[in-house]
Amino acid sequence: MRKYQSSTSKPRLYDVAIVGSGAGGGMAAKVLTEAGAEVVLLEAGPTWDTATESRMFAWSYDSPRRGARTKDRDFGEFVATHGGWSLEGEPYTQGPGTKFDWFRSRVLGGRTNHWGRISLRFGPRDFKPRSHDGLGDDWPITYEEIAPYYDKIDRLIGIYGSNEGIENEPDGIFMPPPAPRCWELLVKKGCDELGITCIPGRRSVLTQPLNGRPACHYCGQCGRGCATGSNFSSPTVLLPPALATGRLTLLTGAMAREVTTDDAGRASGVSYIDKSGGSDRHVRARVVVLAASACETARLLLNSRSARFPEGLANSSGAVGRYLMDSTGTDADGYFPKLEEMIPHNEDGAGGMHFYMPWWLDNRKLDFPRGYHIEFGGGRGMPRFGFLDGIETTPHGGGWGVSLKNAYRKYYGARIGFSGRGEMIPNEHSYCEIDPDTVDRWGIPVLRFHFRWSDHERLQVKHMQESFHSLIHQLGGTPLTPMPTVEEEYGILAGGRIIHEVGVTRMGDSPRTSVLNRYCQAHEVKNLFVADGGPFVSNPHKNVTWTILALAMRTSEYIVEERRKGNL
Amino acid sequence: MSVQMDRRQALELLASIPFASVFTLTGVEVARAQEAVRSGFTPQFFTDHEHRTVRVLVDLILPRDERSGSATDAGVPEFLDFMMIDQPERQIAMRGGLAWMDLECRERFGKAFVDCSAEQHEALLDLLAWPDSAPEEISHGVAFFTGLRDLTATGFFTSKMGFDDLRYMGNEFVTEWKGCPEEVLRKLGL
Repeated sequence: MRKYQSSTSKPRLYDVAIVGSGAGGGMAAKVLTEAGAEVVLLEAGPTWDTATESRMFAWSYDSPRRGARTKDRDFGEFVATHGGWSLEGEPYTQGPGTKFDWFRSRVLGGRTNHWGRISLRFGPRDFKPRSHDGLGDDWPITYEEIAPYYDKIDRLIGIYGSNEGIENEPDGIFMPPPAPRCWELLVKKGCDELGITCIPGRRSVLTQPLNGRPACHYCGQCGRGCATGSNFSSPTVLLPPALATGRLTLLTGAMAREVTTDDAGRASGVSYIDKSGGSDRHVRARVVVLAASACETARLLLNSRSARFPEGLANSSGAVGRYLMDSTGTDADGYFPKLEEMIPHNEDGAGGMHFYMPWWLDNRKLDFPRGYHIEFGGGRGMPRFGFLDGIETTPHGGGWGVSLKNAYRKYYGARIGFSGRGEMIPNEHSYCEIDPDTVDRWGIPVLRFHFRWSDHERLQVKHMQESFHSLIHQLGGTPLTPMPTVEEEYGILAGGRIIHEVGVTRMGDSPRTSVLNRYCQAHEVKNLFVADGGPFVSNPHKNVTWTILALAMRTSEYIVEERRKGNL
Repeated sequence: MSVQMDRRQALELLASIPFASVFTLTGVEVARAQEAVRSGFTPQFFTDHEHRTVRVLVDLILPRDERSGSATDAGVPEFLDFMMIDQPERQIAMRGGLAWMDLECRERFGKAFVDCSAEQHEALLDLLAWPDSAPEEISHGVAFFTGLRDLTATGFFTSKMGFDDLRYMGNEFVTEWKGCPEEVLRKLGL
């Protein structure tokens, strides 16, 4: 890929500077370059070529660490994404009594390299939650306004699923879903008996060829990066067409630290650290698009202080960093004797869920607001580091010797894990701000997080656990994880653990209560836009990427239109 | 004395010693050389004594049976040694846990773990291996053994031998994904 470092005394003026190369930044780069803009894209991490660097088809024993995590990869050495909840030299801090774990990725394509490819549209109700139950706030936009972008993304990127006609789980333009695995059919049967909706998964994995990308070959290793480009990532689907225009300049190892402004208070470019030499550099641009990930974008804005913007850029509302949300999450495991001694066969599949449970209940009859969905996984997947850890928690109880060896054989493939992912209501106690004392290795002030779950979330997670346990019993299984207690907050995972953090530069019609307008354009700085999860007003339980892509595409088309009109 | 010794160095050292001396010299180097030659492996983390202890322990945890070889056959000690270097935060618990085993064995049987009899090993492991019924006063040993069992299972079942034992099928290019086979549907009554 072309790499350009300016060394002239009269720096080039780009049409657009984008910070971040993940879902939002990749989409912005594609739409803007194809519309004729000269774009510079800053990525803090190194390049990543999925076609040559992916560890697809590696066996666990190909490495002496058998797939275990490394310093650079929290999800294991074979996983594509460089990143994790802690990065060397890049601390963040937590307010007193707070637990928030911030996952960051530093690599071309960001988290799109490893994510689960679960691609769910937000529904009509999700954009108007306050109107529905009085909590949080409504988005300034409707499902109908975003639906055409979801459609375009379905066609551009490719997604499997099934049209079900469920009101708040909008259908899409789907490729056929992959046939279910045996254990998925077993769970579906239990769901049917309990009245829980269980439908084919919706994931951005090709089950048919699309735009020169071949269909999935079912090796089950999406997270390692797909060398054939059969699933979605920014470097395989969005950046190649952008680069093909010849109008994209890609700067990797470029750690953005500040958005600069001119005398008129407009964004003039981005200052960044060139990590290869540690020098401070600057790119000039007519338009700046921040897609650095929600909290990294908030950090950039808060660190972009000036006499005109003493509280940080585009922050006279004080909303930058506020309304921080993650998805709620909790897990349970069950052991199912029916699945013991399974006839050996290939259960890898499309590398994630072929079936899942969308939200199926009416909150008016429950003691918590908003919904959740359930993902579940089992089967005889490739054994890797952590294989059947905790055998002592199974009915076998532990042991040693030949009987233990037989127990591992028995439990392999006979366990199914259930994970709930639910909607959090934004609250005043959950936000990020600049830590007054701490800087990262480049001297850039870091974020300090404050985060608190409320009873809305705790009771929702309690319900998740009850659902898991009733399903496990319905299927004739034994729970391997006990029902968490109220003291354990019903097993709710720490904020940030689900890696769906959004909302810290939210959109709205009022500049007094929001950072961005309905096109993700800063109210106060007309040539400044955000194209990551920051603009979200609420955080429905549906994984965030499809909506980041839809909003980024819409924002980019708006930029093109405004430039054509001479407004930018 | 060098802490590390590879197989080549070990062979050279043994070759330099007259045959009979191998049995009369009690030097650490000789013991290490013998071990390195026997296993073809010189640990980077484990001491000779720890390495011998680990080899006995993991083979008690996962012994050879009619379906596959033992943990040492599958290279589990080598895997454990690698992980201790790769994830150094594990080192104290491992070193301390192995030391705990020896202290406990000396107290109970008057000798180090590796020198205990099969019956003594069996008696101790029966106490350590079942957390729910284990005596409270050996909780530290139980915690160590529980962690070692996890690592041993990973080391064994992520090896080629372990894959074959489990009859894992997959990690291959599938031209047509068909889902759950007919015979399994029948078995599950679906």
